[in-house]
Amino acid sequence: MQFGIFSVGDVTPDPTTGRTPTERERIKAMVAIALKAEEAGLDVFATGEHHNPPFVPSSPTTMLGYIAAKTEKLTLSTSTTLITTNDPVKIAEDFAMLQHLADGRVDLMMGRGNTGPVYPWFGQDIREGINLALEHYALLHRLWREDVIDWEGTFRTPLQGFTSTPRPLDGVAPFVWHGSIRSPEIAELAAYFGDGFFHNNIFWPADHTKQMVELYRTRFAHHGHGTPEQAIVGLGGQVFMRRNSQEAVREFRPYFDNAPVYGHGPSLEDFTDQTPLTVGSPQQVIEKTLSFRDYAGDYQRQLFLMDHAGLPLKTVLEQIDLLGEEVVPVLRKEFAIGRPADVPEAPTHESLLASAQETTPEGVATA
Amino acid sequence: MKLVAVSAGLSTPSSTRLLADRLADAVRDELAGQGHTAEVEVIELRALAVAIANNLVTGFPPPQLAGAIEAVTSADGLVTVTPVFSASYSGLFKSFFDLIDPGALTGKPVLIGATGGTPRHSLVLDHALRPLFTYLRTAVLSTGVYAASEDWGSGSDAHTDGLPARIRRAGREMASILADRAARPAPKDDPTSSRKKLSDLRFD
Repeated sequence: MQFGIFSVGDVTPDPTTGRTPTERERIKAMVAIALKAEEAGLDVFATGEHHNPPFVPSSPTTMLGYIAAKTEKLTLSTSTTLITTNDPVKIAEDFAMLQHLADGRVDLMMGRGNTGPVYPWFGQDIREGINLALEHYALLHRLWREDVIDWEGTFRTPLQGFTSTPRPLDGVAPFVWHGSIRSPEIAELAAYFGDGFFHNNIFWPADHTKQMVELYRTRFAHHGHGTPEQAIVGLGGQVFMRRNSQEAVREFRPYFDNAPVYGHGPSLEDFTDQTPLTVGSPQQVIEKTLSFRDYAGDYQRQLFLMDHAGLPLKTVLEQIDLLGEEVVPVLRKEFAIGRPADVPEAPTHESLLASAQETTPEGVATA
Repeated sequence: MKLVAVSAGLSTPSSTRLLADRLADAVRDELAGQGHTAEVEVIELRALAVAIANNLVTGFPPPQLAGAIEAVTSADGLVTVTPVFSASYSGLFKSFFDLIDPGALTGKPVLIGATGGTPRHSLVLDHALRPLFTYLRTAVLSTGVYAASEDWGSGSDAHTDGLPARIRRAGREMASILADRAARPAPKDDPTSSRKKLSDLRFD
């Protein structure tokens, strides 16, 4: 099972000091967080993509390429890559390039984006969001798998005799997750292609997550990719830890109360009851995270949101240390208990390459 | 069958709640006269005020509010009563219906009611409540009941019915629609029900 960090990349004032980091500080902080994730023994760092203030990460592969050069093991990913408003050709090129630079330590998560004006800013219509995701992803899927393609669709100019370069590393496309909080169509898309499904459950009650994951698992099996239990599921998580749980609550409360998404709404206590948010000791984080399996089944990737709501970098780095030292080692052990042998790990470049070589006999030219 | 009354009254006791109860009772009694048993549930939005505000902020209903939304969307018929605030329904009343999936009430019979300090606001039924429930594609009854403070202490005159008669007329109309519907055969199992449930969750 993989554990990692995902970042929204918001620039938010620290409510305890009133100070807002500069964009440069925030971008460098995201890099520092990624490097800390590798140092702490985590597996994945994923960055969001946004095209409006107060967010900085508009150019994910630039950031991930830089992080790739400074890390050895970390898988670099996104949370999410906008499949609706980006040109799928550019996504194919950017992430294949990143694959080569990062020696295959790359996957990505597709998302639609829910900021209305971003669609027209990029020449699209939000009412076509689902159709854009379906058509663009089907094209992206082909661009990485067919050396020369002829293509015509609704949302982009036709391609005749087009080759996306560089070709994916070792002829193996990066693994794709589809992120969706509420759209059954996206669970269906992930299931149809046998791709991963990431349910960003951090702001949602368990029964909603359960329905979405069950739908994806059922459809994954329907499309012939394996049993429902073998579908590739990722979940989010949001935690703030101190060794003493009262101290965690006291320190996190001003950040919670003023957070961009849920601030000035429910109490911290209600929100921790109703969503995956855990504010407390490492042991409480372990217990809550293990409970995700009760409604989502055995899953492959657990990403934590750590650096939002204006938390200072120093605090975030301490949190990642706690995660790496006290939480993730226990989670790895506990999640392995009772996990059926035929439930796969999250695909990596190596595992995808190995299965591609199995299905293509040695000596047969494929390109 | 199940009848749910939504009251947006804020005081205790509240004339809005009183009107909601009287309307629900009228429907139930009329149905009983025709041999139908109706179960009545009253939802007081005052008790859900904080949960409604939290749902607006977080995008999902806390458990007690989720229960109320489920009751409203699964009811056979609704009685909805609001006090008149600033010449319209109250903000709390509107916020509650803002949280219900626009398709979730399609075709549902709705009996609208409103209360106010003066009879001069009685058209609020037709310029505020009726368009709201038409937008939600409900079957809004042609009769709505408005109760001004003075209606609770006056009778009919030569030209208009008093409040009890208006309540009874509304109850009869609602009961006849519910009884007609109960006489129709129940729809078969819907294979898309799991998908429907997902889309019922309220998000954007």
